[in-house]
Amino acid sequence: MSALRILVPVKRVIDYAVKPRVNKAQTGVETAGVKHSMNPFDELSVEEAVRMRERKSAPGGVEDICVISAGPAKAQDVLRTAMAMGADRGIHVEVKEGEAEAGTGGLEPLTVAKLLRAAVDRERSNLVILGKQSIDDDAAQTGQMLAGLLGWGQATQASAVRFVEGEGDKVEVTQEVDGGVATVRSSLPMVITTDLRLNEPRYASLPNIMKAKKKPLVKLSLSDLGVANERRLKVVKVTEPAPRQGGGKVEDVDGLIGKLKELGAL
Amino acid sequence: MFSTARRTALRGAGSLLRPTSTFASSLGPSALRRLLSSLAVLEQRDGKLNHGSLNAITAAKKLGGTTHGFVAGGNIKPVAEEAAKVEGVGKIIAVDNAAYDKGLPENYAPLLVENIKKGGYTHILVGHTAFGKSLFPRVAALLDSQQISDITAIENENTFVRPIYAGNAIATVESSDSIKVITIRGTAFAAAEVGSGSAAVEEGVDPKVETPTEWVSEDLAKSDRPDLATAGKVVSGGRGLKSKEEFDRIMLPLADALGAAVGASRAAVDSGYADNSLQVGQTGKVVAPQLYMAVGISGAIQHLAGMKDSKVIAAINKDAEAPIFQVADVGLVGDLFEKVPELTEKLKSS
Repeated sequence: MSALRILVPVKRVIDYAVKPRVNKAQTGVETAGVKHSMNPFDELSVEEAVRMRERKSAPGGVEDICVISAGPAKAQDVLRTAMAMGADRGIHVEVKEGEAEAGTGGLEPLTVAKLLRAAVDRERSNLVILGKQSIDDDAAQTGQMLAGLLGWGQATQASAVRFVEGEGDKVEVTQEVDGGVATVRSSLPMVITTDLRLNEPRYASLPNIMKAKKKPLVKLSLSDLGVANERRLKVVKVTEPAPRQGGGKVEDVDGLIGKLKELGAL
Repeated sequence: MFSTARRTALRGAGSLLRPTSTFASSLGPSALRRLLSSLAVLEQRDGKLNHGSLNAITAAKKLGGTTHGFVAGGNIKPVAEEAAKVEGVGKIIAVDNAAYDKGLPENYAPLLVENIKKGGYTHILVGHTAFGKSLFPRVAALLDSQQISDITAIENENTFVRPIYAGNAIATVESSDSIKVITIRGTAFAAAEVGSGSAAVEEGVDPKVETPTEWVSEDLAKSDRPDLATAGKVVSGGRGLKSKEEFDRIMLPLADALGAAVGASRAAVDSGYADNSLQVGQTGKVVAPQLYMAVGISGAIQHLAGMKDSKVIAAINKDAEAPIFQVADVGLVGDLFEKVPELTEKLKSS
């Protein structure tokens, strides 16, 4: 089996613990001054790639772990974080501020998939590990689209990945499906998307954060990758969900049963 | 919209009776409606139609135009015949080939693309389930269409509503793609009833594409309780349950007393109290039952994303400040290890 050249796409999103607020103009979500971090599923992707190297689980070894992110200049922060976790180098595809956020005129998953296809060619990647979804747009599309464009095998919502011993480039992936898990076997090159239970991402240590500052980071534009920011979906409006009012508290179990009967739930 | 030849022919016919412009505009909307045709992709497992997947037909019917259904797998005929009984379905396209039994996207996506092209469909729909999520983006990429994921409402044939940011914002989006590839949120569209319809079953085209991926095995949680995603009542346990033994001891009798499905928060799943497939939230199942009872769940936004469209939410938690009380219609502050068994007893005796 040839050595692994892993591409890990990462996305900068509003931190998962922040409750997003819709802006006054109803064109999107307030992003200015809001804490951002790496999409949680992408942390799992980086962690998995780094573990493949550390555990020497891939028969041909891991030759390269390249992280890539498309977005404004601040996307470099998440690339540095990924490099501090153990990625070798980064590619920043620069997209102007305001053209990158979900639901507000950002890059659509199909555009990102096309951009990644070009990056795969450029970097001669044979394994792409992506998060199963980004927690801003909640689309859950990019990995599958990329696999389709490349004509590669895909394994989504992975909770375990292992290389099949003595089978060259075969990879066995356990997937989270409705009602349980399913296992599929595919062969490199392929695309894997990560689910929460795949691993526990590490924290970057201070020395590694310092080292990551020296790792190579290449800046590219969409046109360098032969992709236009073509939009198929027009965001008509973004609104707050209908508010839900708490109905107050009851004193005891009888009160609870009484209220549920009153509400017609029992 | 029309070919030049056809437009000329129409104009020629119309000019005998009335000005061309009026004729064309009066024809416009109905012609558009005739052209709108949807294909709902249905799931089957072991030769049985998954009735939950029939909500794709409900969504398709809301679009107007013709609605066809699609099934594929080995010995698919009985499944197709059952689906053909759904009212309002014009046709069921069936592809009989065991290679599609497990819904592997590598061969299922090209299969769909061939049938979509042959049928000239404008809208393709499927449930936002593990099957739909894995398959449809691949189909969309092959069609060069930007998929619209997990829609909760249809405004018109081009405009759809979908939650973003874990349901903290609702986006209305308008698609300019000629083929709309859509996954739908099951709880937002009821499953179409299998009635006394008699749609024709037609054999689809089968490109027989090879797949690099093979299905190896599966391990599904067996349960006699209602299915979490479609249950009318759900009781859900969180970190407050403390252990798997306590989870089973406290939550299962409550579920049985209510005839409810069992769910869990991510904390409970990660701690091993409950199976992964029971997780409710942004990264698990989205449910919208008549009654959702949260036990020992604080109510993080990721959890709320999966249950806040429930009709009635009840919460039992010892922390009076827990965020779950802000959305609960009825809350009880107290120790779940006392309150839940008491509740279970009283429900059983009433």
